[in-house]
Amino acid sequence: MNAESSVPTAAGAVGVARPRVEGRAKVTGGARYSADEPVPGLAFGAVVVSTITRGRVLDIDVAAVQDMPGVLGVIDHRNAPRLNPEAGHFFGPDGGLRLLQDDVIPHAGRPIALVVGETPEQAYAAAQALPVVYDVRPHDTEFFFGHPAGRPASALFDGPVDVGDVDAELAASAVVVDERYGTPEEHCSAMEPHSATAWWEGERLQAVDSNQGPYQIAVTLATLFCLPPERVRIRVEHVGGGFGSKGMCGPQLILAVMAATRFGRPVRVTLTRDQVFLATAQRPATDQVIRIGADADGRLRAIDHVAAFELSPLAEYIEGCTELTKTLYAAPAIRTRLTAVPLDILPPYSMRAPGAAPGSFALESAMDELAERLEMDPLELRLRNEPVVGPVSGLPFSSRNLVACLRQGARRFGWADRDHRPRMRREGSLLVGTGLAATSFSTGAFPSTASITAEPDGTFTVVVAATDLGTGARTALTAIAADALEVGVEKIGLRISDSDLGPAWSAGGSRGTASWAWAITEAAAKMRGPERPATVTADTAHLLGELPSRERHAYSAVFAEVTVDPATSEVRVRRLLGLFAVGRVINPLMARSQVIGGMVGGLSMALHEEGVRDPVSGRHVNPDFAGYHIAAHADVPDIEAEFVPDHEPGLPMGVKGAGEIGNVGTAAAIANAVWHATGVRQRQLPIRLDRVLED
Amino acid sequence: MKEFAYQRASGISEALRLAAGNDDVRYLGGGTNLVDLMKAGVESPTRLVDVRFLPLDGIRQVPGGGLEIGATTTNSDLAAHPEVRRRYPALSQAVLAGASGQLRNMATVAGNLLQRTRCSYFADPSQPCNKRAPGSGCSAIAGAHHNHAVLSWSPHCVATNPSDMAVALAAFDAVVRYETLDGAGDIPLEEFYLPVGDTPERETALPPGALITAVRLPESAISPLSRYRKVRERASYAFATVSIAADLDIRDGVVRSSRIALGGVASRPWRARTAESLLLDGPATADRFRTAAEAELAAAEPLPGNAYKVTLARNLIVAVLTDLAASPY
Ligand SMILES: Cc1cc2nc3c(=O)[nH]c(=O)nc-3n(C[C@H](O)[C@H](O)[C@H](O)COP(=O)(O)OP(=O)(O)OC[C@H]3O[C@@H](n4cnc5c(N)ncnc54)[C@H](O)[C@@H]3O)c2cc1C
Ligand code: SF4
Repeated sequence: MNAESSVPTAAGAVGVARPRVEGRAKVTGGARYSADEPVPGLAFGAVVVSTITRGRVLDIDVAAVQDMPGVLGVIDHRNAPRLNPEAGHFFGPDGGLRLLQDDVIPHAGRPIALVVGETPEQAYAAAQALPVVYDVRPHDTEFFFGHPAGRPASALFDGPVDVGDVDAELAASAVVVDERYGTPEEHCSAMEPHSATAWWEGERLQAVDSNQGPYQIAVTLATLFCLPPERVRIRVEHVGGGFGSKGMCGPQLILAVMAATRFGRPVRVTLTRDQVFLATAQRPATDQVIRIGADADGRLRAIDHVAAFELSPLAEYIEGCTELTKTLYAAPAIRTRLTAVPLDILPPYSMRAPGAAPGSFALESAMDELAERLEMDPLELRLRNEPVVGPVSGLPFSSRNLVACLRQGARRFGWADRDHRPRMRREGSLLVGTGLAATSFSTGAFPSTASITAEPDGTFTVVVAATDLGTGARTALTAIAADALEVGVEKIGLRISDSDLGPAWSAGGSRGTASWAWAITEAAAKMRGPERPATVTADTAHLLGELPSRERHAYSAVFAEVTVDPATSEVRVRRLLGLFAVGRVINPLMARSQVIGGMVGGLSMALHEEGVRDPVSGRHVNPDFAGYHIAAHADVPDIEAEFVPDHEPGLPMGVKGAGEIGNVGTAAAIANAVWHATGVRQRQLPIRLDRVLED
Repeated sequence: MKEFAYQRASGISEALRLAAGNDDVRYLGGGTNLVDLMKAGVESPTRLVDVRFLPLDGIRQVPGGGLEIGATTTNSDLAAHPEVRRRYPALSQAVLAGASGQLRNMATVAGNLLQRTRCSYFADPSQPCNKRAPGSGCSAIAGAHHNHAVLSWSPHCVATNPSDMAVALAAFDAVVRYETLDGAGDIPLEEFYLPVGDTPERETALPPGALITAVRLPESAISPLSRYRKVRERASYAFATVSIAADLDIRDGVVRSSRIALGGVASRPWRARTAESLLLDGPATADRFRTAAEAELAAAEPLPGNAYKVTLARNLIVAVLTDLAASPY
């Protein structure tokens, strides 16, 4: 089933299906998540969030709760420690981090106070009872393309491109698709709620926090509280999923540090489920227009992709919906433009395949519409537009195995027999349809450090500030270290999950494994060098710059079969198949579970996920798992993933990263299958009952 | 969550006494709805009287052929009971279409009947809601009402009753039995849930302090071919968008009797009496099913965000009746 047979391995740990090293601890309840860490003398903070969408806090009546049982005190904008406005993240300074600094309420769900008590129950009781008086101001949370506040998005990445003459090519095209696609606000929805415990050990701030990258977050936290970085240590042992929402310094951590500082004892802040929805990052809604022109034989002449997304004036962000459009297909003319619309919402941030997931829904739906109008096999249309070099960059591809994914997938799925006309198949009262989507996800590495110590007993201690979100990073890095040191996995003692272990990239951007593996293999090379040192440290910062410019991407092809009941409009996905080219597969068992999980996420995006806001108050209406639907087991009857042989020449061990690609493509494949079943296009996600219902 | 007292009642009269004359006392069944609402601050009882250990568990045959289902019978036991499955299969199917295995193991029959609406504004004490805070207004009418009522709602509240079980009970003419300190009483399910009017906070006809002791299914309603079908936004673990419990008795191509109840369309399980009477003594054809469904739904007054429910309910009635008519008798 995996590609690894074709790539010989030296020591043989990489490429072998091995269960997670922490699997037993997890299924027996022994694994500790952030909120499980025993800490003596612990107090508990309960967060109070704004119930209005925009305005000011006029009063918080602390006296009303001060004498409630167990209450230690309340922190709000009048007594909170001052924070450094420079603090931010990848996109620059982030006003979303500046909690309790003034009386301004920029969005619904903004933390406005923390009630600290001896027990969680006492803290929550007082938080619920805390009287808050607001000055309510008008708000705007209504997102749409062409919103007057729209402005060009930051061009830090996915900047606008314009190659060839798009207008002339469109005018010369035999067929043009010109359609609009939308995706709603979506929430990361990790099972583990965000929790942080903070305390001071002398001059040093200590925290246990659920996050995706302890080193990066320690740096942000130090900046925020104006501390030298070496005075901050953050640990994160096990994480119950992040999906992007734990990629930044979360409100739980900021508030826990404030409270530990103010009350002089350890404080734990755990968000409630609705607060996870209200106060941690979400994917912004998108509204996209795609125009594709082609000759009658299916050769593309032009792609014009303009996309808008919402953000907050508090922080810069890019939902890079048009990134894919620049590399997936050959076309003489390609133009993209991204518009950001500032609204009174929580600053959005990267969620499960940011940009690529909504962008590919639009692009791959439009490609299917093009095939329809050309009366052509959608598979053939894609094969016919395979580029030789990056269509916009002109750079060669480091390796590109989309065609293999498409062809093998088509064979496995039984695509050859497909009648491409819609609404042709019935089984009983059900309409049946199939669809596919091709996709890619950019690949690469970020600077990281790792150290290795040769222990007297012949084992090696391998240290890197990685995080395991539940993906199996520990297990993968152990195998990588074993092969790099040419020893068995039992000789490797791996330490991760601690900011004290040195600079490292976080578990994000599908670059965790590649970034950490690079540092480990560099350290291992030094360790095995002529001097045979006892301890080595490697930093990949300088190496990354030496990597030649290439188009580096992972690829996949997703095939879906759906049934639609025309009476009730129920859409059910019967079968999902994904073929993946993700470079060398470190551990087929875990890689498979990762991409299958991604496809379930894509299915959820297609059919279920939708953050609903009240049109009057601007607040979230469904901030819980009963209201915000993600696919249940019964929604995912038959799902398969396979890997095609692939190798990334620029990265150690040939890995590309399998983190997010599973999320991309599935939504379009399902939407295309729904069209094939019903003859009706679904251009707005999710594909709800009311959108499919026929009169 | 506010602090509260917890007491396990050792007998029915003790339970009644503990609850008497005090609006702040709640009976505790499986707690799967009440405890959630307490955490959200929607309910804040000063005392919980746990009734799960009262001798109200189990399902028994009553003289005359019906079944009596004890109030504390779990949803799982109700759904699995051989006589329920044989005589009233739509009831078993309805219960199994609700919640999850774990929840059904905890949830009781009485608690299921009295579960509160899933309108999200009701569950959020920071928002206006007439049902939770009478007189504060209804947020859903101008707000998000995608899954709200289309029939018989009032400008005071447009919420639906979320119970699947109650839809099947409505189709089967079930009777709710209760006790108070003044004695026992019976309420037919069709009268159990009150019209919304201007008192959406008053949901049932139970007297204050009443303890539900059982639900009775009459012999006359035995329907071995009845079925329940639920349309929802995912394949499981979601409340009904629209659901139906139905049975048809067809002889020689003519409808001799029918039972149709809808869920997800009103503040109570909706017994489709208009459709039933139109079908009576007529041919069992898809056209007539459609005419009957349209007549039933003629009174619907959908809001802008939930008009699709009327079409969906019509289609669902036609589809299920057509299936029933096609099944072997
Ligand atoms: C995530 C989730 C999903 C769900 N999905 C569905 C679904 O799809 N369909 C569906 O129908 N339901 C669903 N439910 C609701 C579930 O069916 C109810 O929560 C359950 O039936 C309530 O029963 P309980 O015994 O736990 O009631 P409790 O929560 O204990 O009580 C509910 C109410 O009944 C009162 N009460 C309890 N017993 C008595 C008595 N003997 N006499 C008088 N009053 C009494 C209590 O005081 C309280 O007011 C879901 C619930 C959850 C949490
Ligand atoms: S529909 Fe009923 S429950 Fe919902 S907000 Fe309005 S009054 Fe409250």
